[in-house]
Amino acid sequence: MTDSSNDSLITKEMLDHVGVESDPWICEVDKTSVRMFARSVGQIDPVYYDEQAAKDAGYRSLPAPAGYLGTPIYNPVAKDNALGMVGGPQPSRPLTRILNGGTEIEYLADICAGDVLTARSHIANYEERDGSIGPMLIVTSKTTYMNENDELVAIMTGNLIRY
Amino acid sequence: MGVSWEDVVEGMEIPELKKNCSTQQLVHWAAGSGDFYQIHYDLEFAKSTGLDGLIVHGALKHAFLGQLLHDWVGNSGRIKKFGCSYRGMDVPNENILCRGTVIKKYEENGEKLVDLEVWTENPKGKRTTPGTATVRL
Repeated sequence: MTDSSNDSLITKEMLDHVGVESDPWICEVDKTSVRMFARSVGQIDPVYYDEQAAKDAGYRSLPAPAGYLGTPIYNPVAKDNALGMVGGPQPSRPLTRILNGGTEIEYLADICAGDVLTARSHIANYEERDGSIGPMLIVTSKTTYMNENDELVAIMTGNLIRY
Repeated sequence: MGVSWEDVVEGMEIPELKKNCSTQQLVHWAAGSGDFYQIHYDLEFAKSTGLDGLIVHGALKHAFLGQLLHDWVGNSGRIKKFGCSYRGMDVPNENILCRGTVIKKYEENGEKLVDLEVWTENPKGKRTTPGTATVRL
């Protein structure tokens, strides 16, 4: 994996990029986005839709459903700090196709509507593998989410397969 | 109401959750999650990448497993960690069965914790999205 010979998809620039923290970006959690996410999953618990039900269940407001870590603020004229699907230095040969390899989320505190999360991400690892679809590059990224009180609320680890 | 600590036994299966995605649900998820990759709703695009047809978003199956766990622990419990690998593709209008079994029940730092194996299963019984989770009761 440290070998950046001619055959490897992984370049020295990519290895140098491992662990480099991105600039932060903001993810908002609000009632509308919580309801929209919950509905798209098919969640049936009223706590995701009815604020009184959420408060009765002990939440500050509608809780973020599992898998929802806020919505990045879209601004067409601002720089996009989110890592994106294929950000950072590029492999030695162009890889045009992408599959999601896996997702893990660790929660350290509740995330509820009204929260404003600050996300930062870095590449944790590159791995090259030969699969049924040919040579693949597996990119592992980690993203941390802090809430408005500077409390670490979630860590997401993602695996992206480029081929 | 979530499951009570006393009723959790290592090896037990948790109640399953059956899903079946229409293409409309995939569009809904695209908007809800912000993942607008066209292989999930544009058939021509999906075929041009070598796929046989539209496929269900991996992260949606992850969220399904999140719902499976939430429905089991209820609002007095919490999901501490859950993750899965996308090993097989699922397609719209086919059942996706979300299931889980209890691997370990233990107390740590005053918390009542349960480790589980979770997965989604396609109609052929193949585990397309195997994963693990830790919940607090």
